[in-house]
Amino acid sequence: MTEALENLFRLLFWILIFPGFLFTACFGLIASWIVRKVSALVQWRVGPPFLQPFYDVVKLMGKEILIPQQAQRTVFVGAPLVGLAGVLLLSTMLWRITIDQTTFVGDIIVAIYLMTMPSLALILGSSASASPHAAVGTGREMKLIMSYELPLVLAFIVVIVKTGGSLSLAAIAQQTPVFSISGMLAFLVALLCIQAKLGFVPFDIAEAETELGSGVLMEYSGALLAVWKVVQAMMLVVLPLFLVMVFLGGIRADFLSGLAAPSPVDTPIGNLPVGVIVLIAFLVTGLLARFSKYIDILFLLSLITACILAGLGKYVLIVVLIILIKNTNPRVRIDQAMKFFWFYCGLALAVAVILALIGNAYGINWL
Amino acid sequence: MSWKIWSLKKSPWVFHVNTGACNNCDIEIVNLLTPKFDVERFGIKLVGSPRHADALLVTGVVTAQAAPRLREIYRQTPKPCVVFCIGACACHTGIFRGGYHVVGPVDKIIKEIDPNAIIAYVPGCPPKPEAMISGVVKALSVL
Repeated sequence: MTEALENLFRLLFWILIFPGFLFTACFGLIASWIVRKVSALVQWRVGPPFLQPFYDVVKLMGKEILIPQQAQRTVFVGAPLVGLAGVLLLSTMLWRITIDQTTFVGDIIVAIYLMTMPSLALILGSSASASPHAAVGTGREMKLIMSYELPLVLAFIVVIVKTGGSLSLAAIAQQTPVFSISGMLAFLVALLCIQAKLGFVPFDIAEAETELGSGVLMEYSGALLAVWKVVQAMMLVVLPLFLVMVFLGGIRADFLSGLAAPSPVDTPIGNLPVGVIVLIAFLVTGLLARFSKYIDILFLLSLITACILAGLGKYVLIVVLIILIKNTNPRVRIDQAMKFFWFYCGLALAVAVILALIGNAYGINWL
Repeated sequence: MSWKIWSLKKSPWVFHVNTGACNNCDIEIVNLLTPKFDVERFGIKLVGSPRHADALLVTGVVTAQAAPRLREIYRQTPKPCVVFCIGACACHTGIFRGGYHVVGPVDKIIKEIDPNAIIAYVPGCPPKPEAMISGVVKALSVL
């Protein structure tokens, strides 16, 4: 009885606090600050303060929730929670696999399904809102899902072929299929699919602030919108993490111990751990950032350095690539996106799958 | 101060409503987002839907055509929210006072449906972006 209770508490702790909700949501909100800040710097602006995403969520929590008169209330209110549940499960699963190697056969397939959950919930919620703008957004989101799911799954098939047909993420994360022609192709296409899944700029067709007035999210307000913002922030953690695990060999299980190791710098009080030094640099630059734009940039750099020292360098790499794509491309039309994903990406991946199969059959690793 | 108001001051999202302006104030509003003024420093963001907004930036005399739309948009904005009358026309209908198509000013229309609405005025033709930022700061410090 007590053992069962203990197990239940441990499970709840995993899901709600450490690798699950609290950790991933905070991590994601900080990552979304980095996205906004770097975009601002690219546009030669100053950008939002560090806690801005947290302020936004807290503010939305305190606002009135308006539900359109003709909306299907249950679905409209339930959809954000369904999306949150999906991304919560996925984040807990991926972090547990990273930290503890808890894996089961076929978890990559479960992960692929769970990744689609937030988008499906978004479609449900927006089509329940009885708004014509949201309806257009819904149609676009559906077409977008149909276009990027095919290349994404093909990309994972390349990885499964390359890693010898294993369907467990922990086993896949031991290898780096990206160091081969087919793996590289699959990685690049999967990166673009992730961009579309996150709803970032070349593929933010469904939200389209300028012509649809934030499209699918149009009718959401108050706490429900806050839930969507948190879901989007968590996706920003989970999707790059998944890409790292599948293509780049995963994050080290002891990914936090990099911060606990003693630093090579000698101080009067001995060799402080790297984490403490980063924390001090952090607080100092954070306080000074209130006075100067340039120290603000320093704060950003120290945050990224902390991530890299903590062994999250591969995650940072993917986020940087995503930000670069976001800031250098204009939005495409939905038909252009479909053509791009089906014809170009699909064709490239068909070639990649054949290359991978040939490489496997003849034992050529670099194919 | 309650946490609701505190967080509202930290991230006021604005929605831009044109109720018959000559587009001059609107250009100055868009100017606020450019690198020179960059209001994202204060967490101010231009959003595309009144349901996401905490403040309505209303420009222009309210024309007979625009009045019902303005009322509807105000109803659709989740409370608490602030209404900013940007420019001379929105504040007191300016040179168009008494025109056959003018039913405004903005505060009259808003107060018809919500007598307790929080309304701030930024006069000028058009107001400078600095004046708008100062107006937002003053209105938020009153909240």
